[in-house]
Amino acid sequence: MLVDTSQQPPTGPRGAGTGATWGFAPYPVVVADPSGGVVGTNDAATALFPGATAGAWLQDVVPAWIADAHARLRSTVPGPRNPGSGVLVHGPVGDRTFEAHPTRTDDGDVMWWLVDDTDRRLAEDALKAERERAAFLAGASSALLSSLNVERCMEVTAGLAAEHLADAAVIVAPPRGRKVQLTFCGPDGVVVHRTVHDDVRQLPGLGEALRGFPPVPSRWIDPAAVPGWAVPEGFTEPVGSAVVTPLPGHGVPAGALILLRSSGHAAFTESEEIFARLFASRAGAAVSAARMYAEQASITTTLMRELLPPRLHAVHGVEFAGRYRPAGRTERVGGDFYDVHPAADEEQESLVVLGDVCGKGLEAAVLTGKIRNTVQALLPLADDHQRLLGLLNGALMNSHHTRFATLAMASVVRRAGIVRLRVTSAGHPPPLIVRADGEVEQVRTRGTLIGAFWDVSSTTVRVELAPGETCLFFTDGITEARGGPLGDEFFGVQRLETALSQCAGMPAEAVVEHVQMLAAQWVGRGGHDDMATVAVTAPHHAHLSAVNGHTRGRYTG
Amino acid sequence: MTPPPRPHPDAVPLGPAREHLWSAVRQGDERRAAAVVLDALESSGDAETVLLDLIAPVQERVGTEWAANRLTVAQEHTATAIHERVMAVLAHQPGLRDETPSGPRVTVACVDGEWHALPARLLAEVLRLRGWRVDFLGAHVPTPHLIAHLHQTGPRAVALSSSIPTHLPTAHTAITACQAAGVPVIAGGAAFGPGGRYARSLGADGWAPDARGAAAVLERGLDRPGPRGVHQTVDDLPHLADQEYTIVAETTHQLVKQTLADLEDRFEPLRGYTERQRRHTAEDLAHIVEYLATSLYVADEELFTRFILWTADILTARRVPARSLDPALDLLALQLKDFPRACRTLAHAREALGDRTPLPKTPGPGKPA
Repeated sequence: MLVDTSQQPPTGPRGAGTGATWGFAPYPVVVADPSGGVVGTNDAATALFPGATAGAWLQDVVPAWIADAHARLRSTVPGPRNPGSGVLVHGPVGDRTFEAHPTRTDDGDVMWWLVDDTDRRLAEDALKAERERAAFLAGASSALLSSLNVERCMEVTAGLAAEHLADAAVIVAPPRGRKVQLTFCGPDGVVVHRTVHDDVRQLPGLGEALRGFPPVPSRWIDPAAVPGWAVPEGFTEPVGSAVVTPLPGHGVPAGALILLRSSGHAAFTESEEIFARLFASRAGAAVSAARMYAEQASITTTLMRELLPPRLHAVHGVEFAGRYRPAGRTERVGGDFYDVHPAADEEQESLVVLGDVCGKGLEAAVLTGKIRNTVQALLPLADDHQRLLGLLNGALMNSHHTRFATLAMASVVRRAGIVRLRVTSAGHPPPLIVRADGEVEQVRTRGTLIGAFWDVSSTTVRVELAPGETCLFFTDGITEARGGPLGDEFFGVQRLETALSQCAGMPAEAVVEHVQMLAAQWVGRGGHDDMATVAVTAPHHAHLSAVNGHTRGRYTG
Repeated sequence: MTPPPRPHPDAVPLGPAREHLWSAVRQGDERRAAAVVLDALESSGDAETVLLDLIAPVQERVGTEWAANRLTVAQEHTATAIHERVMAVLAHQPGLRDETPSGPRVTVACVDGEWHALPARLLAEVLRLRGWRVDFLGAHVPTPHLIAHLHQTGPRAVALSSSIPTHLPTAHTAITACQAAGVPVIAGGAAFGPGGRYARSLGADGWAPDARGAAAVLERGLDRPGPRGVHQTVDDLPHLADQEYTIVAETTHQLVKQTLADLEDRFEPLRGYTERQRRHTAEDLAHIVEYLATSLYVADEELFTRFILWTADILTARRVPARSLDPALDLLALQLKDFPRACRTLAHAREALGDRTPLPKTPGPGKPA
């Protein structure tokens, strides 16, 4: 209980008689003697307590909370000349509420000053509720904003609604045919997803909500008509009231929100219904954004699938491994590319191609896609590298792309444990070979880049790899990686050769990983160009084939 | 979710198998390594035991032997590559796991810049065996890719792996971003320090010392981050407001350059270094500054001191005297004299180094990592 001195009225006048100034006070005033008999009242008090006349017992004419407070005061505060304890009490009188402040008169009576605080209390309650709602909406918005995952948004919506707005909540996704996806959250806070095959129109207002019509008022929804499939499992009591409101979306509804209260609880008020709509509009926006993101991401994934570098694996006894790191941290594709086209059988040559389109990002990646497709189409001519490059050059010159590309390619076959390569560069950094003893040499092939001149020429070099030896194809993103301990040096061919000299006898996977790791560490936090590497390795030992994730592993000789 | 009953790890003596596997991967003999692993699978009958009590300890030994300079870079990479492939073979043994797992979904990834993927891979395989739907994103996953993946798949949790402490600031960004996307994070790996202390200070929702522990934490379940989940890194580490980390991290290259120049003046043997030795010294200095920055980031002087003592040990193991370490730290402290935390950290490491380093013999460059 509060001791509020600021609100304490001045001690009453000497006489408690009706002629005193307090008799005209706008506040109800009741004076009672220590034994609980009413001594006097003013007009305002008489209006409030019609029976309160001098001589009546206080307990018979005023509410118990005042009479009780008076009795307590009598027992604790003896004697006159005591200004009163000032202990304020509060309670209802009819449909209003009052504060009662006691003061003591010189005669030892107690004068009760009543202040009507109904409106203030109502305003305070409304303010508190409004604050709670604002805080809830702010919390809900940030919880909903955090995820772009549709399922997760549904879970968050159901959880928040069940915790703050109702006993249980159900989110209904836009149905596909008769298949309806539901997300339940019951009084226990556990979120469950379920798919049902029922007609949404069984629940009054739900079909309308899902088609974007305005919500049906809660009082029109017969709780008994709520179908069993729309009630979460943990919700055992009968449904007492229900709200069905649409989750507004981008033009089409993102779903509907069903709020349920058990029969033991008060039905939804109109203000609660309005508030539920406010919440539903936020949830709907979040779910719609998530759905749009999912659709876009799915489109991107589909379109990107052809542009992503392939996963390489051993082909006909030759190890191939590739690694790719695009320039942008947020990108997955770029202007570098590689492919291995396996030969039909181990007697024939497989073709490995690694290249670099001038430019970065998606636009460059689109052109890599065209080049890769063209090379694929030209595979029957892969015996003759010059012819293949000439045709590829013609195709690029005739396309509307103004970009050009460099590439290195090799036809690879393994005979009697030795891997034989015919290597051709078209304006591309020549591949490096690491020998079994750690010696590193450049493949001396050179040629014109493609897509820039009508005439192109190149030389093809034959090389052999003994077991444990690797031929590494790379793009200039590796050698031109800028960084190092001083921050401004190129990684350079020299450093690449030194790194590669450590890679004698390593599996192809380990070689590309090692090179990419060194280049990435060289760059550190700085930016870099696309970086691609492909290793062609003559296996050292018998290796496990079929570890490409599709078939069971087995041993090969 | 209850894991299926499995035999006690000691039920099958894996000690001899571990020796056999070690010898096979050391020699780069993939075929023999696979035979050892498949035999162990047959005799123990439990793939998790094979993963965690055979492959994991041998891989750990690969790491320690390499750090102690008893394995070459090629041997280390080859051994790791063989383990990767053997695990792939193991994963495709028939009947080992549910072909269409229906358990909860989880994402396993390494922090951007982290190339040691094997510990994370072991966890991914263990979770798969236990029926989880696992998305293994592999080594050095850029944080934007990780977050995009979370939005697309909505997993119950992310297991984030990092073995090298200098990735802690990146790990912190990743943890914060995952939590902001409403997904809790369990951190694991040597980077998170003894007892996972940095996992706690970076606000991870969980930490485990190994794959079994991580699987147990994930099976118990991590709470979704609440509205508090949306926060900034400086909220976890208020000391970052003093900008010491920012300035040291931003000026790493200048600090290295200046220290290298000063060192030439002060430390006579450096003047006789070859270009290659000088380069190695620059790389060492860059590592030192990186660790200093990390130490400032997590506000733990011990992190830096541990690195300096380890570097001293490595240099000694590689027959390179660690005499240039102390003057290098001194020169760094001079350049950072306006930064009290950096100075305290450097002083702490120098003190520990003084207690440790024996008198130098012959000078020379070193390459700790």
